[in-house]
Amino acid sequence: MTFELILFYIFGAILLGAALAMISVRNPVHAALFLVLAFFTAAAIWLLLEAEFLAIVLVLVYVGAVMVLFLFVVMMLDINIARLREGFAEFLPAGLVVAAAMATVLTLVITRFITMEAPERAAADYSNTAELGAILYTEYVYPFEIAAVILLVAIIAAISLTMRRRPDTKCVDPASQVKVRREGRVRLVSMESVSRDAQKNKSRPSTSRQDVSSQDKNK
Amino acid sequence: MITLSHYLVLAALLFSISVAGIFLNRKNVIVLLMCIELMLLAVNINFIAFSFFLQDLAGQVFVFFILTVAAAEAAIGLAILVLLFRNRSTINVQDLDAMKG
Repeated sequence: MTFELILFYIFGAILLGAALAMISVRNPVHAALFLVLAFFTAAAIWLLLEAEFLAIVLVLVYVGAVMVLFLFVVMMLDINIARLREGFAEFLPAGLVVAAAMATVLTLVITRFITMEAPERAAADYSNTAELGAILYTEYVYPFEIAAVILLVAIIAAISLTMRRRPDTKCVDPASQVKVRREGRVRLVSMESVSRDAQKNKSRPSTSRQDVSSQDKNK
Repeated sequence: MITLSHYLVLAALLFSISVAGIFLNRKNVIVLLMCIELMLLAVNINFIAFSFFLQDLAGQVFVFFILTVAAAEAAIGLAILVLLFRNRSTINVQDLDAMKG
């Protein structure tokens, strides 16, 4: 039993254990965290297979972005866990039977018909990233661009699905702010100048009449 | 030594576990999405194992594209989920029967 095989069994056991825990825990947050553990151990197994670049990408993109998105949504939504767990025991036998049958058949087929020994390990100066880049940007450049477009479509779809305009929020409208002119805000009023003493002597009705006439003149 | 069938059996077991997860958690859309991610991971392990044992990098390029599509799928799926929860206040699959499917 070589060291590699021991590593493979350790990581494989953690991977399967994390997957089993993920599908059986009550709390979706714990399920997401077990999925993170599964991704980490899968990245370790990919390192055993000399896929160093993809192992790092798995950790960065999946654990760093996708699972954080999952955790964000799980924690943001106020979900009733008890109601979502209804029927767990009801479907347990069916699920176990289907999974066991599938695992048995796949394992039988794989162990019976596929036998392939591992090739020689690559030399120490072999760069998986350089090799991958060399064929990704030449032979697979069109699929690569299509992948970029798919990501763009995903961005647009996610934003347009979740963006909403609430009628009760208050915000400034920059267009109407820019359109404001002096005429719209300022009104010049010309009034007759009256000395303070004369104003005191006059009776109230007459002054009010004077105000009205001066305002009429301005309009 | 590790043979190809070691990795393939591991991926097959992982795939079976995620199928069981889809059966067990059929009310909770979030866990269903997570089970789909696990299935894609199992498929990716197969691709990378074949890529290593056949000494052909095309398998790794395909894993690259699968990761891209899976990330897009997760983003759109979670956006739909948030929209659904905002409108219906539930993510129970049993309550989502507006289309009478």
